[in-house]
Amino acid sequence: MFEILGIPPQALFGQLLIGLINGSFYALLSLGLAVIFGMLNIINFSHGAQYMMGAFVAFLLLQHLDIGYWGALIVAPIVVGFTGVLIERLFLQRLYKLDHLYGLLLTFGLALIIEGVARKYYGSAGLPYRVPDSLQGGQNLGFMFLPNYRAWVIVFSLFVCLGTWFVIERTRLGAYLRAATENPTLVRAFGINVPRLITLTYGFGVGLAALAGVMAAPIYNVSPQMGAELIIVVFAVVVIGGMGSIMGAVVTGFGLGVIEGLTKVFFPEASNTVIFVIMAIVLLVRPAGLFGRGT
Amino acid sequence: MVERVADPLGKSGTSLRPWSEAIAFAVMVGALVVAPFFVYPLFLMQALCFALFACAFNLLIGFVGLLSFGHALYFGWASYLSAHAAKVWGLTPELAILTGTLTACVLGVIAGSLAIRRLGIYFAMITLALAQMMYFFAVQAKFTGGEDGIQAVPRGKLFGVIDLSNQMTMYVVVAVIFFGGFLFIHRIINSPFGEVLKAIRENEQRAISLGYKTERYKLVAFVLSATLAGLAGSTKAIVLQLASLTDVNWPMSGEVVLMTLVGGLGTIFGPVVGAFVILVMQYKLAPVGEWVVVIQGAIFVLCVLLFRRGIIGEIAHLLRIRL
Repeated sequence: MFEILGIPPQALFGQLLIGLINGSFYALLSLGLAVIFGMLNIINFSHGAQYMMGAFVAFLLLQHLDIGYWGALIVAPIVVGFTGVLIERLFLQRLYKLDHLYGLLLTFGLALIIEGVARKYYGSAGLPYRVPDSLQGGQNLGFMFLPNYRAWVIVFSLFVCLGTWFVIERTRLGAYLRAATENPTLVRAFGINVPRLITLTYGFGVGLAALAGVMAAPIYNVSPQMGAELIIVVFAVVVIGGMGSIMGAVVTGFGLGVIEGLTKVFFPEASNTVIFVIMAIVLLVRPAGLFGRGT
Repeated sequence: MVERVADPLGKSGTSLRPWSEAIAFAVMVGALVVAPFFVYPLFLMQALCFALFACAFNLLIGFVGLLSFGHALYFGWASYLSAHAAKVWGLTPELAILTGTLTACVLGVIAGSLAIRRLGIYFAMITLALAQMMYFFAVQAKFTGGEDGIQAVPRGKLFGVIDLSNQMTMYVVVAVIFFGGFLFIHRIINSPFGEVLKAIRENEQRAISLGYKTERYKLVAFVLSATLAGLAGSTKAIVLQLASLTDVNWPMSGEVVLMTLVGGLGTIFGPVVGAFVILVMQYKLAPVGEWVVVIQGAIFVLCVLLFRRGIIGEIAHLLRIRL
């Protein structure tokens, strides 16, 4: 069997695949953060908790209502997105006139509440979630074995990312959104309901997090703390990419996932920290981030 | 005009009456002298360490307007180095604490010079990410003892003479360290340097236009804050004879934010009160276990929505004094 740089290809491609999977989640989550930040000027600290909520809703739907993966893929983002709409209406709306940091503190508190409640009722141990029957099995590509479900996650998250990019950059609704980001007062003068646009944006961003959570459920176990550490890595991803561009968030997310996967092959001790190290280097070389505009 | 994170008095309330601070300080000294006769000294010492930690954190958020979400990094790593120095190297407690504090200082220089390159929300995310990176180092490093942490750290003899295994002696030492740190921070805030920091908080662009190299001021403030957080962490390691992963992990960073928020961002006494309130709450709520985190989250939400001045900030606002 041939080797690449002294590494057996199964290990290399295996980690590359894991990297792409992680990258899919980084991309989906940083995309949601960027969309929310663009409109609300708030860093949504509860994003990780809402990702976890998505996975939990999928789990509960299966357990209590016998709704499977495909149903959950549609229902969970709507349910969690709706809770996002409530959060925006009840809490976040009161903070827009204040320093942006209050939004961070508030959503951090919400994350503690959501994760604490989940841990209270479901413990810290993970709950298993089955891969749907239609995506069982895998393909033998000769150099590696590709499980169908993992291929689906990568393809579908790419599709969702590109779809979001298309809606925001190429449609009329997206044009309203971008205009409202630049100058909300002027956009309101044209008769567009900007507060409702803001509410829906938050709901959509949170829905994206929940969608990622449903997709993650069969890969990682469903557990209360699944989002907490992930979100810190996603923050680093967002600092590296800058939140100014949708495409930037997606490219950075997938790219860093792959780099992390490769690090696991060549230098396993650093695989937890490599993204943070890259963040430090980017801050030294290009403080605004790879795709950022200003600070 | 947006409401700043830390300006409890607003523009109108800055009627400087230093006697209010003097009285509050006297009350605090009195309380801490009497307290060990009524309250379990170990709890008081722990609370004082956290109070100093919160004061150090408040120096950044309250007086420079920088929200660090990674202060556990300095607290926890100082705690590890202090514990290691006392246990493995066999240093006397004052040298062990010094070792931990210097470690935090060095870490503060490195993390600070990276983090101040970005503002506001990015600053918070960078500090959090760097702290998480160092948390992973702590998990992997051999000397930290992984999940077990460094246990049974000897308290030793201060200057090789005074035995610290007596709780009251230890309490006096911790109280002296706390007051030293507290008065040092008070001095910083009221110095010309502190005035520049406040100017940066209010309007960084204008401070730059007045010729201040704001990046340097921010870095020095960051390093001071990290070092004092390290002093708190080092002392805590000697007092509780333990350094563990809890001290370096992100919930600890969140906890110090909560203490300061509850007490009052940008007030002088707020962080002290906040630290005591949160620790008492944690002790009282220990029986309900898992709900503590939920309640802490709820306090965050309530404070941000209804109670942004915090306990001391509210009192100062009502009495129109500076506290």
